[in-house]
Amino acid sequence: MNNDLALTEATYYILLSLVEPRHGYGIMQQAEALSGGRVRLAAGTLYGALSSLCEKEWILLLPTTEGSRKKEYMLTERGYRVLKNELERLRELVISGETILGGLEK
Amino acid sequence: MSERKTINKWFWVWEFDKEERWLNEMAMQGWALCGVGFCRYTFERCEPGEYTVRLEMRKYDPEYVSFLSEIGAEYIGRVVSWIYFRKRAEDGPFDLFDLDAKIDHLSRIARMLWIIGLANLLIGIVNTLNVSGIGVINLLCATLLMYALGRIEGKKEALVRERELHE
Repeated sequence: MNNDLALTEATYYILLSLVEPRHGYGIMQQAEALSGGRVRLAAGTLYGALSSLCEKEWILLLPTTEGSRKKEYMLTERGYRVLKNELERLRELVISGETILGGLEK
Repeated sequence: MSERKTINKWFWVWEFDKEERWLNEMAMQGWALCGVGFCRYTFERCEPGEYTVRLEMRKYDPEYVSFLSEIGAEYIGRVVSWIYFRKRAEDGPFDLFDLDAKIDHLSRIARMLWIIGLANLLIGIVNTLNVSGIGVINLLCATLLMYALGRIEGKKEALVRERELHE
């Protein structure tokens, strides 16, 4: 898979949520909070995304702490770079839009 | 003891979304799905709208079930490779799929139909050649399965077209 491809909105928010360790439900809540309630991660999608992201080593599964059977994940160095690149791409999208549409308004 | 009732009902494979809608209508009327069997649904009394019910075709995977229980979804049971979940509506919306995953789900169903359909076709041909009348049944099954495949592919195509524009 090409790493230069755009991230889906779901992937983007999953990665953003994982700058701190979080478990599945925590990721869903964080993504919803970050997007002001707009992005609601679907459970099956999240499950699939977490295992693909682990495979790509963009995130990693933290060793489970005693007494908790919930799996926690966290962003890796590689995942962090992917996020940075994506942010660059999104900035470009916004600038292009503003350049064109900004001139049309008023 | 909470009140229970069992309903026998048949859905074709391409009607899985209709099935899900029906199960959620039952929940709206105060009947929450609590058990599943072949064409058999068991409900228990609940507050109207207390639960959201979801179903999907997926190879049974205990990891997946425990993941879903972490996010508050309750595993109800499975029939062959269809699994059923419910979640309290007050804990927020419950969806298994976004657009991509919906397409992926339909592909999984289509693949299963292909395999069973092809097997029936081959068995049907072999049985017909061996002059036993039973081959006709397999050939009918194969026809039905191919029809189901067409319905599923149709649904998938509509979503793929949507996906070209939206995420």
